[in-house]
Amino acid sequence: MDELLKILHSLHPEVDFTAREALVDDRVLKSFDIVSIVSEIYEVFGVAVPAEEIVPENFNSAKALYALIQRLEDE
Amino acid sequence: MLFTSYAFVGFLALTLTAYYLVPGRWQWPLLLAASYGFYWAASPWYLLFILVTTASAYGVSLKLADLSGEQRAYLAAHKDLTREEKRAYRAGIKKRKWAWLLACLFLNIGILSVSKYTNFVIRSFNALTGRGLGPVDMIVPMGISFYTFQTVGYVIDVYRDRQPVQRDFFKLALFVSFFPQLVQGPISRYGQLSQTLFTPHKFAEKAFSFGLMRILWGYFKKVVLADRLLPAVTALTGDGTYAGAYVLAAMLLYAFELYCDFTGGIDIAIGVGEAMGIRMPENFDLPYFSKNITEYWKRWHITMGTWFTDYIFYPVSVCRPMLRLSKWSREHLGQAVGKRVTVYLASFIVWLTTGIWHGAAWNFVVWGLANWAVIMVSQELAPLYERFHRRFALRGKAPYEAFQVVRTVLLVSAIRMFDCYRDVPLTFAMLKSLFTRFDPRVFTDGSLLGLGLDGADWLVLTLGLAVVLAVSLYKLKRGGIREALYEKPPAVFYGAMGALLVCTVVFGAYGAGYDVTRFIYDRF
Amino acid sequence: MKGRRWPAALGVALGVLGILYLAQRLLVPKYQTGVVEGSMVAEYYRERVDHDLIFIGDCEVYENFSPVTLWEDYGISSYIRGSAQQLPWQSYYLLEDTLRHETPKVVVYNVQALRFSRPQSEAYNRMTIDGMRWGPAKVRCILASMTEDEHFIEYLFPLLRYHDRWGELTGDDVEHLFAKDPVTHAGYYMRADVKPQTGFPAPQALADYTFGDMPMDYLGRMADLCREKGVELILIKAPIEYPYWYDQWDGQAAAFAAEQGLTYLNLIPLRQEIGLDMTRDTYDAGLHLNVRGAEKLAAWFGGWLLERIDLPDRRGEPAYDAVWEEKTALYDAMKQQQYAEIEQYGELVTFGANAVEG
Repeated sequence: MDELLKILHSLHPEVDFTAREALVDDRVLKSFDIVSIVSEIYEVFGVAVPAEEIVPENFNSAKALYALIQRLEDE
Repeated sequence: MLFTSYAFVGFLALTLTAYYLVPGRWQWPLLLAASYGFYWAASPWYLLFILVTTASAYGVSLKLADLSGEQRAYLAAHKDLTREEKRAYRAGIKKRKWAWLLACLFLNIGILSVSKYTNFVIRSFNALTGRGLGPVDMIVPMGISFYTFQTVGYVIDVYRDRQPVQRDFFKLALFVSFFPQLVQGPISRYGQLSQTLFTPHKFAEKAFSFGLMRILWGYFKKVVLADRLLPAVTALTGDGTYAGAYVLAAMLLYAFELYCDFTGGIDIAIGVGEAMGIRMPENFDLPYFSKNITEYWKRWHITMGTWFTDYIFYPVSVCRPMLRLSKWSREHLGQAVGKRVTVYLASFIVWLTTGIWHGAAWNFVVWGLANWAVIMVSQELAPLYERFHRRFALRGKAPYEAFQVVRTVLLVSAIRMFDCYRDVPLTFAMLKSLFTRFDPRVFTDGSLLGLGLDGADWLVLTLGLAVVLAVSLYKLKRGGIREALYEKPPAVFYGAMGALLVCTVVFGAYGAGYDVTRFIYDRF
Repeated sequence: MKGRRWPAALGVALGVLGILYLAQRLLVPKYQTGVVEGSMVAEYYRERVDHDLIFIGDCEVYENFSPVTLWEDYGISSYIRGSAQQLPWQSYYLLEDTLRHETPKVVVYNVQALRFSRPQSEAYNRMTIDGMRWGPAKVRCILASMTEDEHFIEYLFPLLRYHDRWGELTGDDVEHLFAKDPVTHAGYYMRADVKPQTGFPAPQALADYTFGDMPMDYLGRMADLCREKGVELILIKAPIEYPYWYDQWDGQAAAFAAEQGLTYLNLIPLRQEIGLDMTRDTYDAGLHLNVRGAEKLAAWFGGWLLERIDLPDRRGEPAYDAVWEEKTALYDAMKQQQYAEIEQYGELVTFGANAVEG
């Protein structure tokens, strides 16, 4: 989780990612950010997030995103 | 049947009447019949195309859903499998699903490409090789890009297990062919449109009159403003005669024309849906109030933008080769390059596709790539802007925001001239003349009266655009104007509708001498 | 709909209809000055007496025969149902329309327009058809006449056709919002000026001289309709040389008349007998007669007609006298006015092309 927060923080240092629950719906994360996040997740966790998982539910909070990574690792 | 033809108005009146006369469960079949009738009236041949698209989407989506079901059942029945075994099984199913999806995409994108781009390829081939191959007589079904995208989106959603499959062929056929959006969008998503498309709707005065109001507003913008501006825009951009300050005039007039034409058409489409209780996605969110071009593209032709994002930008940027490329670049070319390569490449592909989608000509390709370039540059400059804003504390100050809005409108209008002038070199020459031969006197010395519009035309245009601006500002500050009017005594609400109707009938640019007008967007 | 909303909706709907109706009255061309041909067809419905003789056709009847002369010389009550570039099917439907209102003894049709085998011009269609009263004849006339870009609904609601005129409205449009002045004399369009005939371009050979199926079909229907109603149909060709009237055309008209047992009279060779002097009796170099010519032609034609058909002399019948006295007075007054203008200005100023506003 800390590694994920580090990735997110490097994109938007001004945002407190532990507190936000609607990152996509509030347009904090834009499409370019999401692509960066996915490629960094690939680098750090070795997990490829497929396009079908790029939906607001998975990116709205750091928690949801972490859950996604864990699920993908598990599959 | 163009939205602005008498035939469409009659067709619409009949359809709306019948819609509320038949029992609720017959409403959607009626719409299917009406949509096929609408398409048949354009050309019976078109039906063949849309049937092929519908049938392939129907068959493939069923197959995809069956495979997903098979996977679920198998995994549920074999809980004892190891993780690796599960993975291998999933990969096998996914491969089969992918094959089906690919076949469906090839067929439908293939039909779209062949019908729309064969002659473009022949022309380009001739230009490159100096040969003189003749053009091919191609059927380009009306609105093929729109319904193809909409249908492909549905199949991909089923493939991604994001959308339960529709097992009723006729319901899917209605989703593909729903007549208000067939010609120029908006591009609906199945999950969203299906919520209201098939359910029975009882006549409700408010929804119905809101729909009618929106339809009238659409016609007003389209017929009174866009079509009246058309001769001037055509005159200004016909060739290289009107250079210098005229190019600025052309940019602004075309910006208004395109806005009124496209949003007008969309308002008619969405209004027709509203009048029947069917909710379609919004396609515009006051785009000319955007403060930068990225924001503009989030607010203009929204359904196209999100379609490209979901079905092209994301899949391209997160596919494995791209992830590997990104990783490799980070390692070998450094963080700075590595971070950018995915986004640059994926959005390049998106804008190239967007350009080609807009028209089978190099102008549109250049137009798409110009948008890409500007977006990338502004992305790079973002930190700089950030510092600048912080230093001078300009953010949120009205004059500065106004400057940003004007800058964005000018920028998108300038880029848009690529789809206006005959070819790319002429566009560059004309944009250059904007700086070298700018003579502001043309705005005041009556030169604009020589563009096929007389003083009375300009008066109507000025008043009409003032109304459009006022309504937009109201929406920006307070919200929907229809809701506000509805709160007033009923005579005010209906009176506004009546005024729109009378103004459109009397001041519309239609009839003899104006018959060539077509929605700009139904070519796409 | 909630109880208290629908009255407002209904009220606004009625108001909008009223406004659109007024806008239509205002925006439809009035054809009162200059180009008056658009008023001709409607003017017929103001007639208060029946007619024993009806002319049907294009400018070759409405500019070449003076009904007032027929009245003054022979007591014939006549009317010209003509309009600019009136095509054969339009003539047929105007005949049908006329025969619904009255049954004349004789109908004279000028065959010049048979050369048109298909719909021609939107503008002329409108000038002929807009003035017709609504009925089956008008509906069928519109359907037969429409060019490719026309729409029936624009005849039904002329506002849709003329809405664009808001930028060019004139005093006439306001003044004649509800009532129009008569512009013809029993359908006759008067011109008193003179422009001598000097010569016409030599006729060009045509690839095909056969009249089209459509005009001949409608000519046949005119003959049938007249027969059915007991009306004598006479075919004429006005004594005008241009547009050129080919011998082959003349032959076809004569053959049709013979086949149907009708009279066909080509007036071109009879000009001397009629007494026409084309250096003085035409106002536009020989395309149409002026009032002098039209009076001569009417006088001769009335005599020719009475030798063959017994038409009543209505002079002395109070109803006819009243109407025709009024017409004659108007006719004489306009003639005086035109001569006075020519005297003063050397040309007409409140009639014809010079009078077109704007």
